[in-house]
Amino acid sequence: MKKKLRILAGTLVILLAASVCFAKTIKIGFNISLTGDIPKVGEESKFAGEMMKNEINANGGLEVGGEKYLLEFIYEDNESKAESAVMVALKLIEKDQVLAIVGPNSSKQAIPAGQVCDDNRTPMISPWSTNPDTTRNRPWVFRAAFLDPFQGPIAADFAADQFQAKTAAVLYALSNDYSKGLAEIFRDYFEKKQGQGSVKAFESYGDKDQDFSAQLTKIIAAKPDFIFLPDNYNEVALIVKQAHDLGWKGPFMGSDAWGNSELMKLCGDDCVGQYFSTHYAAAGATGATREFIDKYEKLYGYQPADVAALTWDALQVVLTGIQNAGKLTGNIEKDRKNVRDGIAAIKEVKGITGNMRFDEQGDPIKCAVVVRINEKGEFVFTKSVCP
Amino acid sequence: MKRFSVPALLLILAAGTVLAARFDLLDQYVQTIIMFIGINIILAASLNIINGYMGEFACGHAAFMAVGAYVSSVLNLVLFTNSPPLAGPFLPEALALFLFPVTLIAGGVVAALAGLMVAVPSFKTRDDYLAIITLAANFIVCNIFINLESLGGARGLMGMKKIVFFMSDAVDLPWMLIWVLIFTVLTVFIIRRFVTSTYGKGIIAICQDEVAAEIMSVNTDRMKVAAFMLSAFLAGIAGGLYAHILGYINPNSFGIMKSTECLVMVYLGGMASLSGSVLAAILFTLLIEGLRFVIPVLDSAIHLIPLVPDTYQLSQVVKWIIIPLLLVLLMQFRPEGIMGNRELADFLPRLRKYYKFK
Amino acid sequence: MTENLIQNIFNALQWGSFYSLIALGYTLVYGVLRLINFAHGDIFMVGAYIAFFISAFLFKGGEGLSGGATLALTIPLTMILTSACGVTLERIAYRPLRRKGVNRLYVVITALMCGLILEYGNLAFLGASRKSFPELMDKVVYQVGPVSMTNLKIIVILTAVAVFLLLNAFVHRTKIGMAMRAVSYDRFAIPLMGISLDAIIVVTFTLGSSLAGLAGILYALSYPVLDPFMGAMLGWKAFIAAVVGGIGDIRGAFVGGFLLGFIEILVVAAFPSTFRDLIAFSILMTLLVIRPTGLFGLAQSTKI
Repeated sequence: MKKKLRILAGTLVILLAASVCFAKTIKIGFNISLTGDIPKVGEESKFAGEMMKNEINANGGLEVGGEKYLLEFIYEDNESKAESAVMVALKLIEKDQVLAIVGPNSSKQAIPAGQVCDDNRTPMISPWSTNPDTTRNRPWVFRAAFLDPFQGPIAADFAADQFQAKTAAVLYALSNDYSKGLAEIFRDYFEKKQGQGSVKAFESYGDKDQDFSAQLTKIIAAKPDFIFLPDNYNEVALIVKQAHDLGWKGPFMGSDAWGNSELMKLCGDDCVGQYFSTHYAAAGATGATREFIDKYEKLYGYQPADVAALTWDALQVVLTGIQNAGKLTGNIEKDRKNVRDGIAAIKEVKGITGNMRFDEQGDPIKCAVVVRINEKGEFVFTKSVCP
Repeated sequence: MKRFSVPALLLILAAGTVLAARFDLLDQYVQTIIMFIGINIILAASLNIINGYMGEFACGHAAFMAVGAYVSSVLNLVLFTNSPPLAGPFLPEALALFLFPVTLIAGGVVAALAGLMVAVPSFKTRDDYLAIITLAANFIVCNIFINLESLGGARGLMGMKKIVFFMSDAVDLPWMLIWVLIFTVLTVFIIRRFVTSTYGKGIIAICQDEVAAEIMSVNTDRMKVAAFMLSAFLAGIAGGLYAHILGYINPNSFGIMKSTECLVMVYLGGMASLSGSVLAAILFTLLIEGLRFVIPVLDSAIHLIPLVPDTYQLSQVVKWIIIPLLLVLLMQFRPEGIMGNRELADFLPRLRKYYKFK
Repeated sequence: MTENLIQNIFNALQWGSFYSLIALGYTLVYGVLRLINFAHGDIFMVGAYIAFFISAFLFKGGEGLSGGATLALTIPLTMILTSACGVTLERIAYRPLRRKGVNRLYVVITALMCGLILEYGNLAFLGASRKSFPELMDKVVYQVGPVSMTNLKIIVILTAVAVFLLLNAFVHRTKIGMAMRAVSYDRFAIPLMGISLDAIIVVTFTLGSSLAGLAGILYALSYPVLDPFMGAMLGWKAFIAAVVGGIGDIRGAFVGGFLLGFIEILVVAAFPSTFRDLIAFSILMTLLVIRPTGLFGLAQSTKI
């Protein structure tokens, strides 16, 4: 036992010494939910981060101002809890002295963590949070996803064109602010477009529900032209199946939370032919996007969801920001400020979910796509909508 | 003079912490850990009134925390900022400092009224039936806050950080830390006085034998109301502090999981032991944070074993296996929690010289 | 409106069946031990996962055995393995505590912790990906006018009723059942009658956990998305159902489960669905205030 400990201590010392002697490092923190409600989302963020780190470090590191720096990523679990996200942000800022933070993904944690990062002057970028409050009036906080107010109308317009829909029904998750916000934006826009009362049913379900038959019975009785489902993919699989069991034959329309490789595994043939709006189309992707998908699939055994792609893009934004800063002084507060300014100064980043630049709030200006699920279960590009 | 040694020691410790925080000797992270320890002490000690001293099984403590958090936040937002639900501000910002404890206590009072929702059925229902009522209360309160659109609903409520900034603008001190320390000490003091008073001993009598207590002229119904309301009041205060530390609250933060954490702390410390609750809250908070540092070390350690594949990573996921496992093991060796019905003085009789514990 | 009502009654019958099956497990253990086994919801989750692995292994996506044969093998195997899990929990976590005679609330909290360990252990070892349960039954949708039913729903409802009748017969007609009732009546007199207390408790846990396993299979067939936390909320709610029925009483658990299913579904049908929890739990609270010992629970008389 003692021998083992000695070996351990020895290796640690050597590793530390090595990291100090041979290369300078850039530390970036990850504030992600590996446990709690949405462990899958945290896992994909982590994998995307690992991929990028290994790639860059294999090439000798990131070049900033003529010097090569190795990347070091610190993954911390925020348990899908608001207070834990705050603790993680503080730990990364104070204890690990990171240069920037990626995450949290879900708005419930991104809002308070964004407050902490803004107060402590550390650049933060949330890959997945779509709630406007995350970045509002916070110069230090950015995001990589488009916002709900942009996505809701896309679904409404697309459905009106594609299905000639005059009426709609919505089923959303009550305790999930993403789902609820999107549902309300959609309803308001659709009613403005098609007249009062055109959203015939506006139903919700609770935390961890798996049976939606009562809500669906109500919705089907209202006879809408289509059902809008701004829900997470695992719930979507159940909702679609149960709706078919209850005799629903019409179309569904979804949002970006559908975009997960697991959707088809869970949903099977029931989801074929449905449409949803998302950040990028996985099927028929070309160039860097294709490369990313293939590499990810080879490493981890499943297709990356949008959150993995967005994490990748968020990292690209951070690294571009670091490069824009010109050089690293070693004084962490100065460096953070330079990185923040570097990110804000970005003209355009060619991300795998599309090209982005940032508005004054730190939100990206980027396009959304609508995809169709084909018979092979791939998400095929149908239409692109740009702001 | 010896009588004052404990209060003096507490005062020195608290003042030291505040000064260290003021002059940046303690970083934000450590400060926040200290604050969460304080909040957890309040939660554990207040739940111990019901689950320890009264011997009931209440499992919806987070509901009262939610009420306190929302009420004090809304009061502060309306009074000092122009946030919804009402367009303010009604008072100058500098007053925030003086009115903060008032709003906090107001939150506690409303939480105590919500405690009546559980206290009144408890006259007749006992044991597991009461457990259900507390659980249902937890669901109901969360559902009410989710449906209150004016308070943000599922999106949550934010802007409480402004109040904290107003306070430090008025006098440059780490105010939240100070308030947490004050209210933590106050909570422990109140509960100690309460359960050792002749009046409060009625609660322990109910735990022993309700019928006998009733015969011996303890008004059990009134005692239960007092116990539930005090417990809810303190939980409400903890909620108010929590809201202002985070600067953001969300109905989902006060679900069953939060209630479970409170339960864990009470039984970890031992039923009907105030010092047990305090110790357990400290231990639990340090465990949650400490494991962030321990797990990476463990991860490197297991990779020294040749059998472990390199691809397998011990991630932060195991944190929530380790914590319950520790508690289960503790139960096997010390089935009555850390302290179990006893106080510090029962272990270390010499302490009695310095302080009257009973 | 009437056709919706009929449809919703079917929905509620199916949903209530699951509550009933899980609540029966709670009640069995409680009746004998006076212990709320909070890990029960997670044992149900373990049952669903065991069923998933067995059926995926046998079915092989349609390459292996036929769906019916797979199901015929999966059901008994799952029930046996799940009950093994439940009995193991009892042996390593609850029994030592019972022997020491500690306050029963410490045992309750141990059960709660065991449930957490099962949830997060599953997450740590099987990863965060959700599992999709194979379709072992060809789904048939029966349309009778505006009301639609599937064969699976009918099977679920019938199974719940059959399990209840069998269990009731077992507890009231067999010697072991008699011993179980006797344990709940007077735990100290039982060993004096030459009956092993531990054996009875093992039988109880076996029964309760195998029911959870059965519920797990049916649940996975009806809602084929498995995740490590599927049992948590369901467990809490089934516990509520068991208590409202009158904890420790089999009829109570059965009726309580269906009652909760009906309340949840019909509240959504009649009111705005956002208020579901508020209204449903307020109704339950009111019920408990009117009947402090649940629907079938006996009033506990205290000797003075």
